[in-house]
Amino acid sequence: MSTELFVQYLFAGITYGSIYAIVAIGFNIIYNTTGIINFAQGEFVMLGGMIAITLLSFMPLPAAIALAVIITMIIGALIEIIFIRWLKNPSVLRMIIITIGLSILTREAAVHIWGENIRALPYFVGNEITTIGIMGARISPQVLWVVGVCGVMVAVLHLFFRATSVGREMRACAANRLATILCGINPRNMVTFSFVLSAGMGALAGCVMSPITYSQYDMGTGLAIKGFTVAILGGLGNSGGAVAAGLLLGVIEAFSVSVVPLAFQDAIAIAILLLILFVKPHGIFGSGEAARLKAF
Amino acid sequence: MKGIVSKVVMGAAALGLMLAPPAWAENIKVGAILAVTGPMSFLGGPEARTLEMLVAETNARGGIDGKPVELILKDSTGNPEKAVSFAKQLIEEDKVVAIIGPSSSGETMQIKKIAEDGKTPLLSCAAAEVIVDPVASYVFKTPQKDSDAVRSIYQEMKKLGLTNMAVLVDNTGFGKAGQEQLVKIAPEFNIKVVENEVYDKAANDLSAVVAKIKANKEVQAVVNWSVVPAQSIVAKNIRQMGWDVPIFQSHGFGNIKFVEAAGAAADGIIFPASRLLIASDLPDGHPQKALLVKYKKDYEDKYKENVSAFGGYAYDAFIIFEAAVKKAGSLDRDKVRAAIEQLKGLPSATGIFTFSEKDHNGLTIDAFQMMTVKGGKFVAYPAK
Amino acid sequence: MKRILPILPLLAVVVLVQLVTAWTGTQYYLTQMTMAAYYSLLIIGLCVLMGYAGQISLGHAGFFAIGGYLSAALTTRSLVPFKEAALVRLLDNCGMLHAGKDLYGGELLVVTPWAAAVFAVLVAALIAVAIGIPVLKLKGHYLAMATLGFGIIIYRLVLATPWFGEADGISGVPPFQLFSGVTVSGETSVRILNYYLAWGVLLCGLVLLINLMQSRIGRALRAIHGSEEAADAMGVNIARFKLQTFVLSAVFAAIAGVLLTHYNGGIGPSEAGVMKSVRYVAIVAVGGMAHLWGAMFMGVLLNFLSLRGVFGSYDDAVFGLILIVIMLFAPDGILSLITGRKKQAVTVPTVQQDREV
Repeated sequence: MSTELFVQYLFAGITYGSIYAIVAIGFNIIYNTTGIINFAQGEFVMLGGMIAITLLSFMPLPAAIALAVIITMIIGALIEIIFIRWLKNPSVLRMIIITIGLSILTREAAVHIWGENIRALPYFVGNEITTIGIMGARISPQVLWVVGVCGVMVAVLHLFFRATSVGREMRACAANRLATILCGINPRNMVTFSFVLSAGMGALAGCVMSPITYSQYDMGTGLAIKGFTVAILGGLGNSGGAVAAGLLLGVIEAFSVSVVPLAFQDAIAIAILLLILFVKPHGIFGSGEAARLKAF
Repeated sequence: MKGIVSKVVMGAAALGLMLAPPAWAENIKVGAILAVTGPMSFLGGPEARTLEMLVAETNARGGIDGKPVELILKDSTGNPEKAVSFAKQLIEEDKVVAIIGPSSSGETMQIKKIAEDGKTPLLSCAAAEVIVDPVASYVFKTPQKDSDAVRSIYQEMKKLGLTNMAVLVDNTGFGKAGQEQLVKIAPEFNIKVVENEVYDKAANDLSAVVAKIKANKEVQAVVNWSVVPAQSIVAKNIRQMGWDVPIFQSHGFGNIKFVEAAGAAADGIIFPASRLLIASDLPDGHPQKALLVKYKKDYEDKYKENVSAFGGYAYDAFIIFEAAVKKAGSLDRDKVRAAIEQLKGLPSATGIFTFSEKDHNGLTIDAFQMMTVKGGKFVAYPAK
Repeated sequence: MKRILPILPLLAVVVLVQLVTAWTGTQYYLTQMTMAAYYSLLIIGLCVLMGYAGQISLGHAGFFAIGGYLSAALTTRSLVPFKEAALVRLLDNCGMLHAGKDLYGGELLVVTPWAAAVFAVLVAALIAVAIGIPVLKLKGHYLAMATLGFGIIIYRLVLATPWFGEADGISGVPPFQLFSGVTVSGETSVRILNYYLAWGVLLCGLVLLINLMQSRIGRALRAIHGSEEAADAMGVNIARFKLQTFVLSAVFAAIAGVLLTHYNGGIGPSEAGVMKSVRYVAIVAVGGMAHLWGAMFMGVLLNFLSLRGVFGSYDDAVFGLILIVIMLFAPDGILSLITGRKKQAVTVPTVQQDREV
C-alpha cells in the first residue's frame, strides 16, 4: 500500500470515527446522569442539520447553525420534560422503548415537515470539489472541520465536567444520586440539562457533517446504531473510551475496503464488536464494576 | 329466547355491514402500491404525488369516458410483505381495474404471481428487466430497460476511447439489476470491469472505497449505477480526491436533488435519462414536448419541487392505464390487459410506448437521451 | 386440561371470525389475519424470552429471516449445476429433492419444502445455541447491543449475498404441502384452510408456552428474573434455562419465518431489518411483558392493521405513538388498563434502584 493510499484511508477512517464518537458521547452524557440510553440521539443530529438548512434561507451560515443548535437544545429539553421527567422509577427496558418511540415519532414528523428529499448545508470553505493535499493524499477541507469541531467539543466537555460547578454536579449525579439530593442538588434538573447538552452536541455535529453526509429525515437510525456500537465498545459512560473506540471503528472500516467487499463491511465491523464483547463483556475501555451497577 | 336470537342476528348483520366494502360501482378504481415513506421514498414520493395530480386533473376533465377515477393509494414503505398484503387486498377487496407500482423491483417480483393469479394488470414503476423478461401476461413496466441504459453508456465510452472501468453500485434492487447488466454486456463493447463494488444505500461517506479504486491505475472511467442519494457522495468523493476520471451514472440520477447534493462535483457527469429532465430544450416538433412541458409545469406549480424521472414512471403508468381503458371501452381487467398490449406509439413522459404480446415494456433504446450536468442543470449531451 | 380451557373461547372467536367473513362475503380479511397470526407466533416466543426470562432481544427478526430465507432459497434455487456432487446425490436418494420445470421450461432441481423447513429451523436453533452461550452472559445494554448486532449481521448478509437475492429478496417460493390435503399457500382456493392452519399453529404454540411457564421451567425462569443470585443459590441452573428459552423463542421465530414465507410466496430483506426487531420488542412491551395473552392480542391487532395499511403513510408514526403512550401510562401493557391488575410475575429493577446499589 502506497503512503498516499494509506493517508487517504486514514483520513476517511478519522472522518467516520469522529462522527461515530460524537454520537457516542451524546449517548454517554445522558447515560451518565440517568442510566438511560437515549435511542433518539441520532435524531438530534438529523434535527440540527435540517433546522440549520431551513434557517439558512433567512440568515448567514454561522447564525443559522447557532440558532439550529439552540432550537435543538430546546427540543431536547422539551422531550425530557414532557416524556421523562415525571416518571417515577422507570425500568431500563421501559426507557429503551420510550426513547425508541420518540426516535420513530421525530423521524416521522421530519418526513412530513421536510419531505423525503436530501438536503445539505453548503461547504464552510470552498465547494464540493475544493481539495487540499496532505502527504500526497487529497481531502476536502470540510473533513478538517468535522475532525476539528469534534475535537474541540470533546475538550470543552472535558473542561466542563472537571472545572465548572454544573459539570461537577452532573458528575455527582452520575456517581450517587441519593447523595446528590442530600447535598441539595436537584438531580431532575441535571437530567434535563444532560438532555440539553447532548441535543446541542448532536445538533452541532449534524451541522458540521451535513455538507459531507447530507441531511435526510431518516439518517438518525443509522447514526444511532453506529454511535451505540461505539459507546458500548468504549465502555458505556466513558467518553474518552468513546473517542478511542470511534476512531478505531472508523479506521477499521476504512482500511477494511482493501480486503473485503464493501457490501460486507458492516457485518464484519459488528462481528468484531460481538467478539470483543464476548471476550471483554464491558467493552475495551469499560470496567465491569461500573457496568454491574447499571445493569437491568 | 326469540329475543336473544333476533339480537344475535341483528348484531351479526351490523357486523356484516361494517365489514362490507363500500359499493361505488360507477367509479373507475385504480390501485397504487408505492413506497411513499421509508428508505425508498425518494421514488415513491414523487410517484404518489404525480398520480394524485393526474387523477385530480382527469376527474376535473370529467374522468375517463365520463366516469370518475378513484385512486386507492397504499404506502408499502418499501416492504415486500406489505406489498403482498396490499396487492391481495386491492385485487380482491377493492376490485381495482389495475395496479400501479410498486416502486422497487424486489416488491414487484414478490407480487408478480399475485397479479397473474388475480388476473389484474400490474404497471410496475421499477426498472429491473426480470419484471418483464420472461413476459408474464398481466405484468408491465414503465421505466426504460437497464440493458438499453448500459448500451447507451458503453456507446459513449467507446466514442471516448475508454475501455477499463470501475463499477460502483448501490445495494438496492436497482443497483443489483444494473450491476448484472453492466457485467453481462461489457464484453460486447470490449470493455473490462476492473473494479466492482457495492455500497450501502445509507452510506455517509465513501472516500475509502473511492481511494481504493483510484489506487488502481487501470481504471479509466467510473460507472456509478445507483438510485439513492449516496450516488452524489461518490461523485463528490471522487472530485475531492482531485481525480478527474470521467463519471458515468444511470437513469437513477434523474432527480435534480442529486445534482444539487453533488454541487460542483456533478458537472460533467454523463448519464442516459428520460427527456422529461430537459423538456423545454427539446425541439418544438418533438412528439413528447407538449406533454412533458405541461407535466413539468403542473407538477412544479402544485408541489413546489422539481419534477423527477421517477415521478415520470408513475405518469407513464397512468397514461397507459387511461389509454387502455379508453381503447377497451370497458372496465373488464382482461379487456384492459389486452388493450395495453395493443397500444402503439403512445407518447408519455419516459418515451413513446409501443407494446406487444412479447414486449411488456414498450420502450426502445430511443427512450434514452444522453445527458450531462452543466452549471447545476441537466443538459443534452454532448453539451452545446 | 385446566390450563387449556382459556384457549377454548379464543378458538371459538377464531371460528366465529371465519364464519362471519364467510357469511358477509368478506373472506379477504382472512388473508391478513393469517399473516398476523404468523407474526404473533414470533411475538409470543419473544414474550417468553423477554417477560419470563428477562432477556431483551433486539435481533429476533434475524431468526425469522434465517427460517424464511433458508427455506425460500432451498426450495427455489436450482441444484442442477451441482447434480453430480455427492451431497446432492445423497439428498436425492433420501427423497429430499424435487425435480420440476422452471418458468422458462428448464430443468429445475430443488429441495422439498419439508426438508428445507426442517433444515431452516435446525439452523436457526443451532445459531441460537452458538450465539446464545456468549450473548446471554451479557447484561442490560450490552445484551441489547449484542442482540442488535446479531440482527444487523443477518440483515447485511442477506442483503449482500446473491444466493439470497440481495435487495430483491427471493420470490416464487412454492407452496408447502404439510401433508396430503394441507398446503401452506397464499392461493385464494386454500385461504380458509390456511387461516385455520395459521391459527392452529399459533394456538398450539400458545398452549405449549402457557404450560411451559407453569411447569418447573417457568418457575425457574421467574426465579431467575426475580433475582439471579437467589435462583442460583436455590440450585437453578441459570445459564441453561436462559439458553433454553432463547433457543425456544428462536425456533418459534424461525417457524413463523418458514410458514409466512411459503404463504407469501417470497421474502425480502426488510424482514431481517432492525426496525422489524424493534417492532417485535415494542409489541411485546405494549401487550405486557410476561403476558402471553396480551402480547398475542397486540401482535394480531397491530400487524393486522398495519398489513391492511389503515394508517397509510402514518403507519410508523402511529406505531411510535402507541409505544410512547402505552409505556408512559400503562407500563405493564395494555391489558393492565382493562384488568387493572399488576402482574406479580415480574419485578423489573428500575433505573434508580439500580444506581443506588
